Amino acid sequence: MFKSASLMAAGAFFVLSASATLAAEKQPFGYGTPATPAQIAGWDIDARGDDGKGLPPGKGNVEHGTEVFADQCASCHGTFGEGEGRYPKLVGGNGSLTADRPEPTVGSYWPFSVTLWDYINRAMPFPTPHTLSSDDVYALTAYILNLNNLVPEDFVADKDSLPKVKMPNHDNFSWQDPRPDTATKPCMTKCLDPSTLKIVSTAEGQNLTPRTTGPLDDMQLK
Amino acid sequence: MPFQLLRDARKASLAAGSDRVQIPRRSLLKWAGVAAGATLLNSKDARADDATPPADNDWSQSLGAGVVDRPYGKPAAAEAGVIRRNVPWLTAGTESSISFSPLQSLHGIITPNGLFFERYHAGRPDVDADQHRLMIHGLVDRPLVLTMKDILRFPSTSRIHFIECPANGGMEWRGAQLNSLQFTHGMISCAEWTGVKLSTLLNEVGLKKEAKWILVEGADGAHMTRSLPISKCLDDCLVVYAQNGEALRPEQGYPLRLVVPGWEGNVSVKWLRRIKVGDRPWYTREETSKYTDLMPDGKSRGFTWLIDSKSVITFPCPEKPLNGPGLYEIRGLAWTGNGKIKEVHVSTDGGANWRQAELKEPVLSKALTRFSIPWQWDGKPALLESRAVDETGFVQPTLAALRKIRGSNSVYHNNSIQTWQVKPDGSIFDVQIG
Repeated sequence: MFKSASLMAAGAFFVLSASATLAAEKQPFGYGTPATPAQIAGWDIDARGDDGKGLPPGKGNVEHGTEVFADQCASCHGTFGEGEGRYPKLVGGNGSLTADRPEPTVGSYWPFSVTLWDYINRAMPFPTPHTLSSDDVYALTAYILNLNNLVPEDFVADKDSLPKVKMPNHDNFSWQDPRPDTATKPCMTKCLDPSTLKIVSTAEGQNLTPRTTGPLDDMQLK
Repeated sequence: MPFQLLRDARKASLAAGSDRVQIPRRSLLKWAGVAAGATLLNSKDARADDATPPADNDWSQSLGAGVVDRPYGKPAAAEAGVIRRNVPWLTAGTESSISFSPLQSLHGIITPNGLFFERYHAGRPDVDADQHRLMIHGLVDRPLVLTMKDILRFPSTSRIHFIECPANGGMEWRGAQLNSLQFTHGMISCAEWTGVKLSTLLNEVGLKKEAKWILVEGADGAHMTRSLPISKCLDDCLVVYAQNGEALRPEQGYPLRLVVPGWEGNVSVKWLRRIKVGDRPWYTREETSKYTDLMPDGKSRGFTWLIDSKSVITFPCPEKPLNGPGLYEIRGLAWTGNGKIKEVHVSTDGGANWRQAELKEPVLSKALTRFSIPWQWDGKPALLESRAVDETGFVQPTLAALRKIRGSNSVYHNNSIQTWQVKPDGSIFDVQIG
């Protein structure tokens, strides 16, 4: 009895030492420093799309947004959000999502109004991101929503009003990946009649491909 | 050294048509200059013939450069064309754009660091590693700020994983457009990543019971942000500081990035500076307006993170044509976010008949896998295709099968079978068949 107990103890000891490398994973290690409330406040910039959690105090109306937009945004997005060059359009495209050439814009595609505030705040203006005041970002959000006829001219965007703006395309998103959505049985022989095979599309002669030899190609689409 | 000098000078004199060996005194004092001059003369006079036996090569009869001539090594001069490339007309500018890895010139499963494809949303920031901080907060017990030195103290892990942009092949939904492997498939690269398991960092701060999602944010101008379910974070995500044995390149997120194995590339946020723990996703712009898949009925799929089975033949390809009939090794790459590649099938007749290719070791989970198959080309037209099957049994689909369900406007996740048309002259073209 005593003997087997000591054997068991030895066995237990062995198991313990075998897992000694894992013991290093005992946490916390205690590295780093606690994040202070001030540090968190400085970087905690996100506003959650579906309920606006994280939107800061402040407000902005369509009229002020018109001015900020002309100053900060119009050179790329066009005065009325129509887009310059290859920069994104912000308006239009309603009803185009089932068309041959869809135009996904804030109005026609974006599912959440708060996401617009969050994105302008964190990533715009493109050359000087995250430099606008919260009031200016609210104003720009109001202006762009108004351009898309989603809010009236007298709309004032703030942390309470903005999450209530329902986007037209909101209900057309599913957030569960339905894949795999293709068949999963590989055929190995006589899978099709080769004589019926046709080349329906070729990249030959399209001249869309930049060179893949020598120095970088600055080819632009004709 | 003088012997070498004498020989080079003699060779130079002979090449110059003189039977007298002349060694200018000034050059004797500056032997390196003479050696270089002699080499130049040699190569000018008889380079092509000298390169094959029985003649000797001039680089075999001269002194090479010394150590630390290039303190950080670089490829041979003749490989200067093996570079990342972009398609200038694709995007408004290069700061929010993508470049493509030169798959046609690569030979293994590891992408050299200088050739790893780039994707920026607001350009490549030059982050000061000493000032860089990772803050972890939200639904945690101990919100933390970590320096790079702090992060390096945690137990380290190395793993080989691919990263693929879900827009890889996105220009080909409507038809074959780009006649090169680099542009049809180059938004994928694979590296050995070293860093800390994300689960280690999340354990360090202590997750609260309600913790279900995290938000990851970059230090770039886009403050690039994506939501990730906590299950994936605790499963196999890494917070890495090294790539193929050296510090991350700035293009890949120096000094710190996330790697989310097997999922679309943009969730592997670069220049990682903040992790916030929450109970719901954030629905950021990069997971609503972008990186969602528009279906033919006008509905959209969100949170389609997984990279499905995919493969492509890398030789031959439009950039690497065939040189006359004969025996060739068809080579390619396969990958899947589901785990390991189980089989790759290759067809030379447009998908009528398939043969099983050989997989080359190592076959790693969520990494590029090489495959090959011998092929006796008779010089007749052929249609080359490859088809990957992963360990879950998922079979890479044809473009027709994908289009039937997803139409042509979903931009992302085109993992369809690529067809290369072989013409009798050996040239290769990107085509689609029906």
